[in-house]
Amino acid sequence: MPGGSLTLRGRVRALLGDDIDTDMIYPGRYLNITDREKTAAHLFELAYPEIRAAIQPGDVIVAGKNFGCGSSREQAAAALKFAGAGAVIAASFARIFFRNAINLGLPAVVSPDAAPLCSLADELEIDLGAGEIHNLTNGRTSPSAALDPRAVELLAAGGLVPYLKRKYINSRRETCPSTE
Amino acid sequence: MGMTLAEKILARASGCECVAPDQVVVARVDLALSHENADLVRKSFLEIGVDRVWDPSKIVIVFDHRVPAESEKTAATHKAVREFVAAQGIEHFYDVGRGGICHQVLPEEGHVRPGMVIVGTDSHTTTHGAFGAFATGIGATEMAGVWMVGSLWFKVPSTLRIEVEGEFRPWISAKDLILHIIGRLGAAGADYRAVEFDGPAIRRMSVASRMVLTNLAMEMGAKVAFTPVDEILLDYLRPRVAEKLEMIAPDADARYERAIAIDAGEDLWEPQIACPHSVDRVQPLSALGDVPVHQAVLGSCTNGRLEDLEVAARVVAGRTVHPRTRLIVIPASQQIYREAMRLGFIETLVAAGAIINPPGCGPCVGVHQGILAAGETCVSSTNRNFLGRMGSKDSLLYLASPAVVAASAIAGQLAHPVSLVKQSEPCLVEA
Repeated sequence: MPGGSLTLRGRVRALLGDDIDTDMIYPGRYLNITDREKTAAHLFELAYPEIRAAIQPGDVIVAGKNFGCGSSREQAAAALKFAGAGAVIAASFARIFFRNAINLGLPAVVSPDAAPLCSLADELEIDLGAGEIHNLTNGRTSPSAALDPRAVELLAAGGLVPYLKRKYINSRRETCPSTE
Repeated sequence: MGMTLAEKILARASGCECVAPDQVVVARVDLALSHENADLVRKSFLEIGVDRVWDPSKIVIVFDHRVPAESEKTAATHKAVREFVAAQGIEHFYDVGRGGICHQVLPEEGHVRPGMVIVGTDSHTTTHGAFGAFATGIGATEMAGVWMVGSLWFKVPSTLRIEVEGEFRPWISAKDLILHIIGRLGAAGADYRAVEFDGPAIRRMSVASRMVLTNLAMEMGAKVAFTPVDEILLDYLRPRVAEKLEMIAPDADARYERAIAIDAGEDLWEPQIACPHSVDRVQPLSALGDVPVHQAVLGSCTNGRLEDLEVAARVVAGRTVHPRTRLIVIPASQQIYREAMRLGFIETLVAAGAIINPPGCGPCVGVHQGILAAGETCVSSTNRNFLGRMGSKDSLLYLASPAVVAASAIAGQLAHPVSLVKQSEPCLVEA
């Protein structure tokens, strides 16, 4: 989220169901790729290669319940981010994926109401501060869960690494911020 | 007000007298576990610009996902981590051939005690709740923060209480119980929550069987899961742990979000199978009909322990793996491997036609040592059957108990051990 803005815009690139697991998002065979940028090439490789082929910067992935269940692999969130996803909206997230997304600066937005109000290619405006998702294509608005202030702070900083770099590097005994 | 185990441990680790669900606390971390992904942690750590880890005695690194290195890329990762371990003076490092699967090595080597807060860059870190620890998985970048400061934010979870009574039927094990529970609650049934397993049937279980429950609780989304801290557990820990051990228990008036009662005898008549491609698609074995099996895998942090190898050896003894099937066996650790050799289990398994992989995660992560081709079906004692988990996206993966994996290897299709072994004894090893 460049500039620390709490509002972002993007088109719905995919509408997915419940329990999209981390192996679908990023297959285990590529876990030895540790350059985050390079993970993008394998996003949804086995399950939905068409998403990877079509994704444009700022695109939004919309999904059902328990998005990112399974492994703790941070590459799942990294692949989404570096493939260009601007945000993931889901009815709910598995806890480790949610933390990973925020820690990497990828907005993970909880909204049980968004998916039914979206179609593919709709343009969305996500207001993280107000907890609202405006569908600019059909004019409808759905609420999203308010993000914890720590999450907002991390997203504004671009993730945990830049946040820690800036804020805590000179006072090592401070606590490590994160959120869930 | 009374507290659950999760609340008690988080209260103490955060210096609070009392905590309640949804409260956010900063807790001291007692142990930070990583495997090969220590390389990702290392990169984030160096990117932040920190020069030293907070406490080199509290970090444990175990290579298990790709052992021995299956590619030049992994070899370079292993090498980079080894050099980081040496440079930082990280005290507990288990290299190739020295340990095994991290979740087995941690308790085996005496790193886990009741009441600890453990974070690991592996989702199955929940396993250590079988030792009374608040143990949960986190991502690599978050771990870099822990390496830096030794503490972490947690939202205090609400707790599900699962009480199990009754006698397990012959050949029914902890794996069948937890698959049954996941089938009932769903893949998100315990999302963000703590789970306490208790009741007479749990208290009779071996430590190895309890680890199956806390390990797989992750597959219904649990943040942490516990089995009781009792004499059986302390008997396991005493020879391994130098520090003083304490009994911890939830308060009698602790508040639970929900309580679930299960009768192991009445609710579990036959083996439970998780069908492709989700761990909560659970069916009783007899509902599945004839399912030919090309590969059977016995191992993993879920079911690669001595009692698992023992029950498999009992099933395959004097028999031969079916011509269309490959049986892959992976002891969870070097210690288990040696003990299984000493007791003759390895000999029995190999004589039946099994191939033994080195201790580690093996094919469970879909990297090496038993990858599936399109059109193949595998029955596995592991913990995930997601699309493409063990290879081709056009392969099918069924999760089952070690007894069913062994029986299926012999039958060449999903099979109940009772169809092979006349002597019908419980496969649940009681402590």
